[in-house]
Amino acid sequence: MSVFDGLKFRKVYSPIHNLDPRMKFVYVCVVFVVAILFNQLLVLLALFLMPIPFVLVAGVQKEWLRSLRGAAFLATFIFIVNIASNYFTSGYVLAIIDVESAIAMTLRFVVLVASFSVFFLTTSPDHLGLALEQIHIPYEFAFAFTTAVRFVPVLAEEAQTIMDAQKARGLELEKGGFLKRIRNYIPILIPLIVSAIRRSLELAEAMESRAWGATKNRTNLYELRLHRGDFILLAISLLVLTVAIYLRLYVSVPMISQIMF
Amino acid sequence: MIEVENVSFSYPNNIEALKDASLLINDGEFVAIMGQNGAGKTTLVKHFNGLLKPSKGIVRIDHVETTKTSVAALAKDSGFVFQNPDHQLFSETVEEEIAFALKNFGFEKDIIEKRITWSLNLLGLSQYRKTSPFLLSGGERKRVALASVLAWNPKTLILDEPTIGQDHRQKENLRQFIIQMQTQKKTVVIVTHDVEFVAECNPRVLLMKDGTIVADGEGKEILTNPELLNQSSIVLPQIAKIFHSLSSYGLPKNVIDLYEAKNILLKVLEERK
Amino acid sequence: MSIIEIENLTYTYPGGKKPSIDDISLKVNKGEFVLITGPSGCGKTTLCRCFNGLIPNFYQGELKGEITVKGLKTSSKQTYELAKYVGLVFQNPENQLFALSIEKDVAFGLENLGVNRKDIRKRVDWALKQVGIYDLRERSPHEVSGGQQQRVAIASVLAMRPELIVLDEPTSFLDPLSAEKIFKVIHELNTKLGITVVLVEHRLDLTARYSDRIIIMDKGKICQDGKPRKILISEETRLLGVGIPKATLLYHMLTKDGCNLDNSIPLSSEELASFLKESLETHD
Repeated sequence: MSVFDGLKFRKVYSPIHNLDPRMKFVYVCVVFVVAILFNQLLVLLALFLMPIPFVLVAGVQKEWLRSLRGAAFLATFIFIVNIASNYFTSGYVLAIIDVESAIAMTLRFVVLVASFSVFFLTTSPDHLGLALEQIHIPYEFAFAFTTAVRFVPVLAEEAQTIMDAQKARGLELEKGGFLKRIRNYIPILIPLIVSAIRRSLELAEAMESRAWGATKNRTNLYELRLHRGDFILLAISLLVLTVAIYLRLYVSVPMISQIMF
Repeated sequence: MIEVENVSFSYPNNIEALKDASLLINDGEFVAIMGQNGAGKTTLVKHFNGLLKPSKGIVRIDHVETTKTSVAALAKDSGFVFQNPDHQLFSETVEEEIAFALKNFGFEKDIIEKRITWSLNLLGLSQYRKTSPFLLSGGERKRVALASVLAWNPKTLILDEPTIGQDHRQKENLRQFIIQMQTQKKTVVIVTHDVEFVAECNPRVLLMKDGTIVADGEGKEILTNPELLNQSSIVLPQIAKIFHSLSSYGLPKNVIDLYEAKNILLKVLEERK
Repeated sequence: MSIIEIENLTYTYPGGKKPSIDDISLKVNKGEFVLITGPSGCGKTTLCRCFNGLIPNFYQGELKGEITVKGLKTSSKQTYELAKYVGLVFQNPENQLFALSIEKDVAFGLENLGVNRKDIRKRVDWALKQVGIYDLRERSPHEVSGGQQQRVAIASVLAMRPELIVLDEPTSFLDPLSAEKIFKVIHELNTKLGITVVLVEHRLDLTARYSDRIIIMDKGKICQDGKPRKILISEETRLLGVGIPKATLLYHMLTKDGCNLDNSIPLSSEELASFLKESLETHD
């Protein structure tokens, strides 16, 4: 119904969505480590291509591309800074190799965004909460996490309503100088805070009424179990890590510009 | 005068909440917009003070197109009271709460003073002038929210779900208040699914479903048409229910008023004796 | 046998000047369907909070008198101990559902009690079927309609197999059709499963027919308590300004004006219609 629908996680089922979040996290961490270990464009290019099959199988291309687009600004910034610093430090000349290393640095950032966004796009907050519980993070934290995810869209919608209500009473947010503009937000912030407090009290009441804190040994309707896919993913992750460490230690990976020219 | 011509509206997520809606509300009318949650009622009325601008079509308030002016300018003529008073109350005292909009609209100090007194009196809140709105009960907070809009004396009053959470007596007071507004020639638009309340007020009724206006007419006719109400998930008012079951005895179907019901039944029962 | 026993209960919220509940004594029998009504601020909600120990465990303040629920003194028990016997359903569905799927929400109480997974699954499915939303179990509570949300809330207390369910204006945010459906569900819990129901409501036209007893509160006190037909026709009730069903009012007006409808007092439009049909036919 509102602008904030994008914040809601959509339930989809795919082999990737069904993978254990813990294993997916291990995989993402491996990609992260490898991306840090290498600064050669070749390797980073390979890392960038790696999540694509996952994205396609999960069917989240659109969302994935959107998050990449979101990173575009920062990526451009990183590229320019690198080019500039190479240019200035190497005495106002720009070798092809410098351009390549700037691209590599930028790609490293893009790789991180690309793989983390696959993780978040294919892991339901519910699953993530469950994973947190099963790696023995206290239940209170896991609960706080899932509840926060549950209520973010609600609060966002509420903020919109409050804004409308105050605009209907003649509030013009964009009016006045800098300080005045900040002050304009007081009539929005106060109702939002008051209502959040009221809501949290009601939530607490409902939780109490449903036996919150009755036993230390809380059980769970769901259980994360490792399936074949999870072991395959783990194997892939370990393989990638081993190969990467081997390459790093014993092989010198060439720059693309060195091969071509 | 509110003119809505072939208006469609889509939210950014491409959900079409309003589809080709047209209507005309004349000055001084009392209209109830009814329908299920998500039927597009609130979306429609948010066009009346420019909070939403049509994706297609035209909305004119007193011959001015809403796309050509600001919310603040439109709000001065169309007072919108939101469903939940807690979404607008923020001041330290009731008095300041009411002054908020008046200051926004640039009223003079002495007029603000007068208007506060006037609107508090009208809603029976004078004793709470210096009280924090957060210390008042739910019903009182709802009245403060209403007073804070009434204070700038808008031509049109739009009330979104005014009866939610209200008890019988509070609803009756609200009904009296609306009658009073009517005598002052104000246009009153209420958005509600409270059939009983609408049956008691008997205004013009607009029935909405899936973003379209499916019926527009006298409350007495629309609220006694079960086929029409059914498709909007609204039930017959209690009195109408009785008369529907009795229609095979030659009684009229379109009765929603308690006193009218009594008189008809008395007559029929007399005759049968 | 009574499931709730309240003796001379007086309660004042912290910082409150007047008591919200003023010297109330009340007994509710097992299996009864009790309807509580009264003007806003009369103490209905506060009374609900006493039934499962939210008062005095969650809300401090000053409590005098004695409440026993299922033989347990609520003042010396934690709310989670009482949760097994008393289920509370609140007014706003949005603020009592916090999981990301409906079945997970219904499982919440059982998880807290440490019930094993197999039994949780069984009881969750059972509760969802009882209220008719089994098909929605994997949806997010946020995506379904208000009426369905309120059913989730009912299922989530039902899963704990309570003997008493207390509902505090469960339909005030709902449209009349959804409200009607919710009341039918509650009625079934009472008749089919034998659960004692305490329902706080303004909509007497939709609920009076299901109740065994109506209690009217005003200013923290119980001022009427008895059989629905007797209570709704009484002069005192009319003066209190509660929403008496139109059918009952109409019946009262007709008999006052000399119509002799020698039937019992109607609680719903359907009842009055059938009474009227009888009189119209007999006089033909």
